Amino acid sequence: MLYFPPWKTVLILAVVLIGFVFTLPNFVPESVRHGEDGRAHAPWSFLPNQTVNLGLDLQGGSHLVFQVDLDEVRQERLNNLQDDVRILFRGTPPILTSGQPAVIDSQIVVRLSDPEDMARALRRLDDINDRVTGTGGQAGTARTLDIRDSGDGRTITIDISEAELDSIRRRTVQQSISIIRRRIDGMGTTEPVIARQGDDRVLVQVPGESDPQRIIELVGTTARMTFHMVESGVDLGPDCRGRTPPGIGAYPTDEPSEPCLAVQRRALVTGEQLTNAGQSFDENGQPVVAFTFNQSGARAFGEATQRNIGRRFAVVLDDVIITAPVIRSAILGGSGIIQGNFTVRSATDLATMIGAGALPARLAPIEERTVGASQGQDSIERGQIAILIGFGLVIVFMWLAYGYFGIVSTAALITNVFLLLGALSGLQATLTLPGIAGIVLTIGMAVDANVLIYERIREEWRNGRTLASAIENGYNHALSAILDANITTFIAAAVLYMMGAGPVRGFAVTLGIGILTSVFTAFVLSRLLIATWLRFGRPKKLAM
Amino acid sequence: MNAFPLVRLLPSETQFQFIRMRVGAFILSLFLVLGSVGAFFTFGLNLGIDFRGGTAIALTTAPEPADLGQIRTALAELNLGDVQVQEFGGPSDVLVRVAMVDVETAARVSGETVEDFEAAQQAARRAVQAVLNDTLTSVEYLSVEVVGPQVSGELIVAGTTAVIVALVLMLLYIWFRFEWQFSVGAVLALIHDVILTIGFFAVTQLEFNLPTIAAILTIVGYSMNDTVVVYDRIREMFRKYKTRPTVEVLDLAINATLSRTILTSGTTLVAIVAMAVIGGPALEVFALAMIWGVAIGTYSSIFVAAPLLTLTGVKRESGEEGGALAP
Repeated sequence: MLYFPPWKTVLILAVVLIGFVFTLPNFVPESVRHGEDGRAHAPWSFLPNQTVNLGLDLQGGSHLVFQVDLDEVRQERLNNLQDDVRILFRGTPPILTSGQPAVIDSQIVVRLSDPEDMARALRRLDDINDRVTGTGGQAGTARTLDIRDSGDGRTITIDISEAELDSIRRRTVQQSISIIRRRIDGMGTTEPVIARQGDDRVLVQVPGESDPQRIIELVGTTARMTFHMVESGVDLGPDCRGRTPPGIGAYPTDEPSEPCLAVQRRALVTGEQLTNAGQSFDENGQPVVAFTFNQSGARAFGEATQRNIGRRFAVVLDDVIITAPVIRSAILGGSGIIQGNFTVRSATDLATMIGAGALPARLAPIEERTVGASQGQDSIERGQIAILIGFGLVIVFMWLAYGYFGIVSTAALITNVFLLLGALSGLQATLTLPGIAGIVLTIGMAVDANVLIYERIREEWRNGRTLASAIENGYNHALSAILDANITTFIAAAVLYMMGAGPVRGFAVTLGIGILTSVFTAFVLSRLLIATWLRFGRPKKLAM
Repeated sequence: MNAFPLVRLLPSETQFQFIRMRVGAFILSLFLVLGSVGAFFTFGLNLGIDFRGGTAIALTTAPEPADLGQIRTALAELNLGDVQVQEFGGPSDVLVRVAMVDVETAARVSGETVEDFEAAQQAARRAVQAVLNDTLTSVEYLSVEVVGPQVSGELIVAGTTAVIVALVLMLLYIWFRFEWQFSVGAVLALIHDVILTIGFFAVTQLEFNLPTIAAILTIVGYSMNDTVVVYDRIREMFRKYKTRPTVEVLDLAINATLSRTILTSGTTLVAIVAMAVIGGPALEVFALAMIWGVAIGTYSSIFVAAPLLTLTGVKRESGEEGGALAP
């Protein structure tokens, strides 16, 4: 076990060297590695140039988890389906129903007037039972609806199928993520993380953002914007509960002097017909949102304003009127501004949101964690000092206990930390505050393998073996204990990795990598060092 | 030849009769386990935001020292229910913790329309921050956390599952590597450690959070590590001394690994103590739990896991092949 063929020696040293090269960028300032133009200088242009990826708890920033409200999407789908069924049965020849199709407990129930129509009704419904769209947009084999004759010969129930619900969920979450990404990018932040979490959640991490409220508003606002004509003749009463004629609805405003307005439910133009939106200023220097319609939007809006000069129209955002100006002249150019109670930031955010498009569902925050940048910096500094001091104390301890062999274990320990940092940088794993705890712990526990071996060597030496044979036997006998002990700790780290989230996962990563590197340095590297010492130093006694 | 003092401090060959102390150790362990269970049911755990949900705000009023009384009075006017205001770290650092609030309370304090229980927590956070902004002349938020009911519920399940899964996997691994008598002993010792760690949190009322689960699992890993080293030596000695009584062999094995046990515990403790002292409030709880865990993990390997083998009745003429590792 103490003989190392040259290729093995080279391989071991190569591993150490690679670890060192991957670690190096962490110790060289950014300004040295990169020029002003952001391009890497030699040798960083061809060497690994990644530093350890810091978690939000260390660099500061906001971490939010949103729940996508799929019930609402499902309800909307059912309402549309209800209309479809009604229209379908009105076709020629009509199928008579007793009462309208109704939505009851997330299914649609239709009662036929004449049981004779059953077969015909089912055949006709089959026309709207499409195939479920797969993730790639291709049609699958499953159907979107479960249409059933409920047994009494005249009642049909229509459910949205499991496959379709699954597809709706995936599409909704996917669309939400891409819209959120456009909105967050509009904030001009660096490297945000927007990802699906579980079935119906979206994780948003924005480094450096210390105001989670801003993200909550950017992500939690559906931003469905529509333009409607105001009906001035309808009296809504002081509490906004007055009766409205069909096609007219009462919408709240955020203006206390005029708490609500009656507007036509049908929208003149919708947010989907906008091509562009940005923050600007009006002639009074107030922040406004400037927008441009696409061709169809511009035509519809131009015609409507031409016909209704002198009347008011309302800009409705998520069922609230944000402004209701009087039309002074026809707006034909396809662009305009929205005035309201805006600050520069709120106007910018609203422009970003309507520009990025409306979210397909409501997203509600269910978890929010924000760390200030100074707090993160403080944690890093404390963590670094803790690592250095822990490191120093362990080295002193090992020297006191093992003399020369303690120095060997110091070399192994230093290499261990380099390999650990190198692996974290190379794999771009995220280092969190608990992750730093994992490093400190690894340093304390990494010498265990060395201790096991040295104790065994001492024992063998006491039993009267020659030095070389004592060392040889020491390594051999310690191996099974080292493997068993490290595998069990690795199991704990692996379980933590699979079950944990965020910072705890960071701890599991450093602990797990630390176990691998410490077994390598203690069992392979330190053995090479001691074998070299035996060969060239030719010691006769055990110096420990 | 050797001028290093610590080596002299640790005698190279010890002959302590650990197994003879097993009755005393079992009684002590039983006492500690019952005490932990009692403390758990009497005091309960001081569950942190991860498991209890609600809001936790860490702030600093630097450069001025924080007036906790003033903050308490201002927040009491909101009438939010369970609000804790405490100092943490330095004299100007304050931690405000608010338990989950219901929809009506949240709507009342924030003046917003609150849609559901999840939204209520967000609204409560906004209201608390608004009050803090008004009350304090200088305030910087170090960290703000809001965890809703759904997430905290899931974290409880995930944390408990993690500990159980880890214990089962280790049981299986030890069973695979040794014999079932060993794995029963090892896992009983681990359960002993987990219960004592939970007891530690119940007695000290340190905050029990997600990183605490990480600490418990690390303690489990560490204790297992210790136990495996002792077991490995016991197995080896069983093969070597086929005729000596079990109790004697167990003592031999524990003594043979004793200096290693002390040295490894020593280096690990040294590193963790550095973390407890320097790491700041965020790492302190984790480090304290680990210090306790290393201590009881070391104790349980020697006084619980090894003596348990006299009760589970290990087969001496084991067919287990050590292969190249056998002496």
